Amino acid sequence: MSAQATLDRRAFLKTGAAAGGGLVIAFYVPALSAQEQKPKPEAIAPFAYIKIASDEKVTIVANHSEMGQGVYTSLPMLLNEELEADWSKIRVEAAPVDAIYNHPIFGIQMTGGSTTTAAEWDHYRKLGAAGRMVLVEAAAQKWNVPASSCHVEKGFVIHAATSRKASYGSLVDAASKLAVPADIPLKEPKNFTLIGKPTRRLDTPPKTNGTAQFGLDVVVPGMMTAVIARCPVLGGKVLGFDATEAQQVPGVKAVLQVPTGVAVMAEGFWPAKLGRDKLKVKWDEGDNASLSTTKMLSDFSAQSASPGAIAKKVGDPQSAMASASKKIVAEYDVPYLAHAMMEPLNCVVDLKDDSCEIWTGTQFETVDRANAAKAAGLSPEKVKINTTLLGGGFGRRANPASDFVVEAVQVAKVAKAPVKVVWTREDDMQGGWYRPMWHDRFAAGLDASGNPIAWTHTIVGQSIMAGTLFESFGIKNGIDSASVEGAADILYGIPNLQVDLHSPKIGVPVQWWRSVGHSHTGFSVEAFLDEVAHAGGKDPYQLRQNLLAKQPRMLAVLNLAAQKAGWGKPLARGVGRGIATHFSFDSYVAQVIEASVTKDGTVRVHRVVCAVDCGRVVNPDTVKAQMEGGINFGLTAALKTEITFENGRVQQSNFNDYPMLRMFEAPIIEVFIVPSEEKPTGVGEPSVPPVAPALTNAIFAATGKRIRRLPIHASDLVEKRGANS
Amino acid sequence: MTSFVLNGKSVQVDVDPATPLLWVLRESFGLTGTKYGCGMALCGACTVHLDGEAIRSCVAPLARVEGKHVKTIEGLSNDLSHPLQKAWIEIDVPQCGYCQSGQIMSAAVLLSKIAKPTDTDIDEAMSGNICRCGTYPRIRRAIHRAAELAGGKTAATNERSGDVPTTEVAR
Repeated sequence: MSAQATLDRRAFLKTGAAAGGGLVIAFYVPALSAQEQKPKPEAIAPFAYIKIASDEKVTIVANHSEMGQGVYTSLPMLLNEELEADWSKIRVEAAPVDAIYNHPIFGIQMTGGSTTTAAEWDHYRKLGAAGRMVLVEAAAQKWNVPASSCHVEKGFVIHAATSRKASYGSLVDAASKLAVPADIPLKEPKNFTLIGKPTRRLDTPPKTNGTAQFGLDVVVPGMMTAVIARCPVLGGKVLGFDATEAQQVPGVKAVLQVPTGVAVMAEGFWPAKLGRDKLKVKWDEGDNASLSTTKMLSDFSAQSASPGAIAKKVGDPQSAMASASKKIVAEYDVPYLAHAMMEPLNCVVDLKDDSCEIWTGTQFETVDRANAAKAAGLSPEKVKINTTLLGGGFGRRANPASDFVVEAVQVAKVAKAPVKVVWTREDDMQGGWYRPMWHDRFAAGLDASGNPIAWTHTIVGQSIMAGTLFESFGIKNGIDSASVEGAADILYGIPNLQVDLHSPKIGVPVQWWRSVGHSHTGFSVEAFLDEVAHAGGKDPYQLRQNLLAKQPRMLAVLNLAAQKAGWGKPLARGVGRGIATHFSFDSYVAQVIEASVTKDGTVRVHRVVCAVDCGRVVNPDTVKAQMEGGINFGLTAALKTEITFENGRVQQSNFNDYPMLRMFEAPIIEVFIVPSEEKPTGVGEPSVPPVAPALTNAIFAATGKRIRRLPIHASDLVEKRGANS
Repeated sequence: MTSFVLNGKSVQVDVDPATPLLWVLRESFGLTGTKYGCGMALCGACTVHLDGEAIRSCVAPLARVEGKHVKTIEGLSNDLSHPLQKAWIEIDVPQCGYCQSGQIMSAAVLLSKIAKPTDTDIDEAMSGNICRCGTYPRIRRAIHRAAELAGGKTAATNERSGDVPTTEVAR
């Protein structure tokens, strides 16, 4: 390792820590060269990101993928705030894979961790400013006037004194030959004309007439479609197969073994699928053949009875617990979860002797390119990735092993033709890489006034980083930061606290899922805190206020949510109100939910009030949309979904047994954004963690029943109501 | 050979008539706006119109459309002029966008039958369409808005869809 590379690693860590959370330090990839993952905040290359055509159309290159979170609008907003082209002429295209498009913090090209706006806040504005400065300089040289005597307006450089103007399109050739200035001053925020203004998304029109191109829509001449038979037990291998009947299906071209299973290749999806239905495969089910959720639940609970590796210790929790007036304990469970993006996984590969071209919706370009190159036996420069729109990502399309890309390359290798690998919904749901299953055991000690003075939290769940390229960087002293985020860094002022972790090794591949570790700690911490409030005879809102006295930003969102929700005001009979906060991806969110439970145990969510402080806002309507969407995403997890195993097999397959929230169940959502001049922070994920606890706390308020496992089972609610009545 | 009318044009296609219409639309006609989501009529991403009714094309065999009229998202308008498209753009409904063709096609049938749907009408017509991004509040608002654009004068005042959310950003 060269000194330079070592220095870069330290720089990642430093910037990473400042930018927030465990995810950040994860993205050092030892398998990649320093060149591939070098962050380049110093290299402002405007014309790698801005293309201006002679017809004045301005194409802005997005180095982050659009998966619904709105970056194909917010990145151009950042850039054009400084470039000042005519907004109506702006187009967006996805960046090819190149170090110049690396994530300024993570140092690889990727989208995730709710970091796009935070990471590109300075970078994209500087790109725009640098572009404008050289365009002005080009005009000034042409007119032989000082650049300082010119100004810009909607895509023109203007020399007012002589009434001359030149369009950006007419200047771009000359401008692109000029040196980019070393000093690139940026506008004062008070002069912003785009940033902070609700701005219509540039990608909406093509998403309303069917022209938006997702990976599944890509067609390459001569392409075959492949559907893969994979082992019903994760990690199993092919022992042998009989393709006689599969090959008789009209349209089936070839049936070939690949490392992940057997690929049925056909002239289209339907014959490929029919062919697969006819295929007979004998599997070696391997080590996971006895996986059982029931057993894992009891194993996790047993493990949580003793402390694990210490992630955080404050004060002396053991002594404080011993001296407490009252002690409460509780255990929480959340299941494995599939991402279930609406667009199932897919990948198109055109592999030739000395090149490999890939079309897919990915969040992980640099990693995918490295893994695809390895699978193809080519160097990374020979691999081209075309990032399409993503029909949802939620983390699944940032796979550390590039599973869906590598497999497609392997299929293309044996197909000897361009191939599109399509995952059916069932394949996608049963294909692993889930949000880990977690068990959380808490104890709290309360003083005589009911205030928590001791808090211990033992977490049991698989490490996401373990066994991946990120292991050496993501795991420190036995702690995967993604396992304890949201628990080890709670903002509540509890004087004596311990958070510890067991990371059992289980053969289920696990992955980040919208809000990652926060997706379980948000639930368990906030639900248990509600139990603490109840045990201490305190109002759950007031207890949080007290414990957040030294956290002004969280206190402000808490108060805003409570005020807008009318905390304390009477509700209709049978309706309860629950509150929760959560700090994640450097953003502060508080939610109040109103819910009721029907006689048959069905939960009705009536209203969700959400307050968020995510620093300075680029596009307020996008922030609002992400809060709405994250809330509905969180409700699906709270109310409906789990991936379970029996005899090593995933028990769920499609939306019948892995159901999604639907229109008739979707509550009224009210979003309030706290005005802020702080740097922008995460938006895509932070609204997810508080949803489940705000809901279960509301259910407690309505019914007196504590929910300690997700998803909420009607049976858990019916029993209690029966007993009460 | 199966003959039918696709987005107003007579077409013929020589594909196994048991093939789901979805794959014929996408792969034989290149109309990729209609999406695959589940293959079991559970998610609605593949919704198209068959003689003006919303059907899930992932489970409709090609044979079923013989001699009938099929309309896909591409046939809704040439120029984003359909009231639903206008409302979808005005309210910025889509996030990832993958389910939105199906959402719009379901909503179009709803509006063709009920010019000014209530929230209950919307619940009934739209609950077969899943949106994983959770854009339901905006879909609801946009359907009311489209109804208004299509001719109604008074704004919808349904309890569940009044434009409640207030975005507070001081600038």
